[in-house]
Amino acid sequence: MKHLLSTADLSRDEAVGLLDTAARMAATQSREIKKLPTLRGRTVVNLFFEDSTRTRISFETAAKRLSADVINFSAKGSSVSKGESLKDTALTLHAMGADAVVVRHWASGAPYQLAHAGWLDAAVLNAGDGTHMHPTQALLDAYTMRRHLAGRAQGLRSPHDDGVGADLTGLRVAIVGDVLHSRVARANVALLHTLGAEVTLVAPPTLVPVGVEAWPCRTSYDLDATLVDWQPDAVMMLRVQRERMSGGAGAFFPSPLEYARYYGLDARRLATLPEHAIVMHPGPMNRGLEISAEAADSDRAVIVEQVANGIAVRMAALYLLMAGDRSAEGNDL
Amino acid sequence: MTELTAGPTTYVLRGVRPLGGDAVDVVLDAGTVAEITAVGAASADGATVIEAADHVLLPGLVDLHTHLREPGREDAETVASGTRAAAVGGFTAVHAMANTSPVADTAGVVEQVHRLGEQAGWADVFPVGAVTVGLDGERLAELGAMADSAARVRVFSDDGKCVHDPVLMRRALEYVKAFDGVVAQHAQEPRLTDGAQMNEGVVSAQVGLAGWPAVAEEAIIARDVLLAEHVGSRLHVCHLSTAGSVEIIRWAKSRGIDVTAEVTPHHLILTDELARTYDATYKVNPPLRTAADVEAVRDGLADGTIDIVATDHAPHTREDKDCEWGAAAFGMTGLETALSVVQQTMVDTGRLTWADVARVLSTTPARIGRVEAVQGRPIAVGEPANLTLVDPSARRVVDGTSQATASANTPFRDHELPGQVVATFLRGRATVLDGVPVPVHPGVGGAR
Amino acid sequence: MSPGPALPEDDPDGTTVLSASDVARALTRIAHEIVERARGVDDLVLLGIPTRGVTLAHRLAARLAQIDPAFDAEACVGELDVTMYRDDLRRQPTRAVGVTRLPAVGIENRTVVLVDDVLFSGRTIRAALDALGDIGRPRAVRLACLVDRGHREVPIRPDFVGKNLPTAQSERVRVRLEEVDGVADSVEIAGRAEGDGSAR
Repeated sequence: MKHLLSTADLSRDEAVGLLDTAARMAATQSREIKKLPTLRGRTVVNLFFEDSTRTRISFETAAKRLSADVINFSAKGSSVSKGESLKDTALTLHAMGADAVVVRHWASGAPYQLAHAGWLDAAVLNAGDGTHMHPTQALLDAYTMRRHLAGRAQGLRSPHDDGVGADLTGLRVAIVGDVLHSRVARANVALLHTLGAEVTLVAPPTLVPVGVEAWPCRTSYDLDATLVDWQPDAVMMLRVQRERMSGGAGAFFPSPLEYARYYGLDARRLATLPEHAIVMHPGPMNRGLEISAEAADSDRAVIVEQVANGIAVRMAALYLLMAGDRSAEGNDL
Repeated sequence: MTELTAGPTTYVLRGVRPLGGDAVDVVLDAGTVAEITAVGAASADGATVIEAADHVLLPGLVDLHTHLREPGREDAETVASGTRAAAVGGFTAVHAMANTSPVADTAGVVEQVHRLGEQAGWADVFPVGAVTVGLDGERLAELGAMADSAARVRVFSDDGKCVHDPVLMRRALEYVKAFDGVVAQHAQEPRLTDGAQMNEGVVSAQVGLAGWPAVAEEAIIARDVLLAEHVGSRLHVCHLSTAGSVEIIRWAKSRGIDVTAEVTPHHLILTDELARTYDATYKVNPPLRTAADVEAVRDGLADGTIDIVATDHAPHTREDKDCEWGAAAFGMTGLETALSVVQQTMVDTGRLTWADVARVLSTTPARIGRVEAVQGRPIAVGEPANLTLVDPSARRVVDGTSQATASANTPFRDHELPGQVVATFLRGRATVLDGVPVPVHPGVGGAR
Repeated sequence: MSPGPALPEDDPDGTTVLSASDVARALTRIAHEIVERARGVDDLVLLGIPTRGVTLAHRLAARLAQIDPAFDAEACVGELDVTMYRDDLRRQPTRAVGVTRLPAVGIENRTVVLVDDVLFSGRTIRAALDALGDIGRPRAVRLACLVDRGHREVPIRPDFVGKNLPTAQSERVRVRLEEVDGVADSVEIAGRAEGDGSAR
């Protein structure tokens, strides 16, 4: 693969291949020596136009575990009003000889532009763009679900070999919260559909995008009914940003309390889930808003594991984008 | 209007088809149409003959909606370069929008733009005056002073911004009646479009760009036609883009409300699917809509609900487009491709005749702008020779960087379009010959 | 595991150099040599290099258990994927990363016998030694291969060889094993004489 820009571009086999590679990477991470020589002499640039210490550190760790050199390039602010343009930044990175650019950007589509405008020939890895996509987050979510749940719909009690080779056929996943502004939700809906899972988005109507009817999933405004009647295998709680509640007439819901009352995952709602169901959150959490402390800390929660899996998934993505002869690679992913 | 004829050139347009009708010879002399006669009957003595068999002769096109950017953004376009592009596109008159820097909200600025147009000599420039001071939507600009100025402003618009305050809009509609002006509304409810980047719908939900809902346009149009009816004013709706807007205009006209509406060439042909490329060339306001909307505006133009085509020619520098979609400027150029797009979407499909094209691109816009005494005239002996000669069988591939406009943000880059403006005449002087602009004074004007 | 350029599945030029019974005899001999060299089977583990090296490791383990029933063939065989340690990754399309399964008894302070089908440039074994070093610290590492075709590019030497097979650089060696290929065991050599170069 040449770039990793959107989960919507991944075929089932490509997605399973990525998860399988992640499983191999994860296996190396329990060793005393975690570092592999695979990408020695290659350069990964973390290009962050938006703050995200967690994502940057995860990518940095992944690249370093594969022995790549890592350059962190923070370019906050609007490219036009506050300094260097995306194009000039890209040309600079090209001149520096970057082999891969991990890009986080406030503008939807910026990674796509970097990959396609002809400004640089490095592999582009989308680390989250605007309200569009966050492919490695969706991949680590799918990886986590597969580890815990693969084969369940086929009647297996627990997945064999962390589910290597398997997809997520038949699994039910509820994604709850601010779907409208969430690149995590978009990335997950596309990937989970490709992997055979069923998805229900649960949100107040103000936080469901117009046009959602074209997405390969169901939508519901009722969290309780979804949990009780649909019995999801995994519940993914999305972060609700504080600024969505303020803004007077433009606020998306009346108050944090009301949001938590209808859309927060608490101990009572947790108890209505099937016994095997897992609770996920891309972090950082707003405890007491979209998720209560009881839910976040319960043994159903795999939120900390998601973080660890993020490193393996990002190692896999870097490996698949960078290790081989790039001129021989066909697809954009 | 200053007489701009550069010399005594007499032109014989041999075998042209006025409004696509029967072939004739048309003789232009001393700035007017001197003779219309049978093919081969016009004398070639001392005249420049243009062999134009099967070429269509139209009245010079009149654009009601052009951004010339001067004063303020001469890096994107000047009055000279913009009107040169207009001439290449077959236009003999443009209405220059008010969102310059400084804003055209005083007699001084509109007179400056008007004078720059006269100096350039490519086309008549009719400045549009701002409705509100600084386009801020808070208090009326001195509309009367602009109307009384040398620029004789009749069209007022805050284009780029909407006159969203209902009381202010009412006052503007009423006030301009005193001098037979018209308010051209950029219909965009600002609160519903805060941060909006593209049409709100299936595509915006997928590509993650903030949505610009159709209702934000339709709600303002609905309000404004009712206001116009209430105060008995005429209203012009700029760049209508949605199926719902067409319905509202149709309804308003059926009630006898004095409203006119325009559609841009790009809304006649392009859809929001183009946003999937994240190429900011396709970022425009109002945004490209769905295929169903494109069909609806074509229907509206065909049945007369939509009165005119106006380009909303919006040049931007490369820096303002070669960046993230969210950071890029809204707008696309259109003067040099408008007629071709109308031919492709409406004429070649049999939905408009060439006479209809003359109506929607010349006669009616001239009437709305109240310049019908000098522009958008019939093709008849004694009329001013503002004419456009089109070869409808030509095909050309658009190259943004070689266009006459100073900016390259055409959405039709590398597209093949039908039709070629062969010649444009402004009061008998050729501003374009063989598809190439002809400066008033060689070495001047063309170089800017 | 670098048998040279890939071989078309039914290369008519292929000459069989080892038959199924030759392969079986060679493995039996290697098994005896391993025991002899290690003075028994204590602390012995086998690590196969995918794909056919793993199969060969399992076959050798079965023979070791026959020679000395104290050898636990289940617990003392593993597989070692060397993909991420290769020095030629950038020269070809991306390889899938394989699985590494350590023997149940581990490799610390054991005598590890690396098992591969064909020994050629030696670069695969170089990668395997690096991989092994990241996983643990065996007491000793030995190398067993079914075929040694020469042309070493690094100073690596096998301890146990089924057959030394002098080849030209351009020739190709193909190993087939029943468990992997679904046909009778064989070793073939192809690309001899005038075929040289053209197939590379």
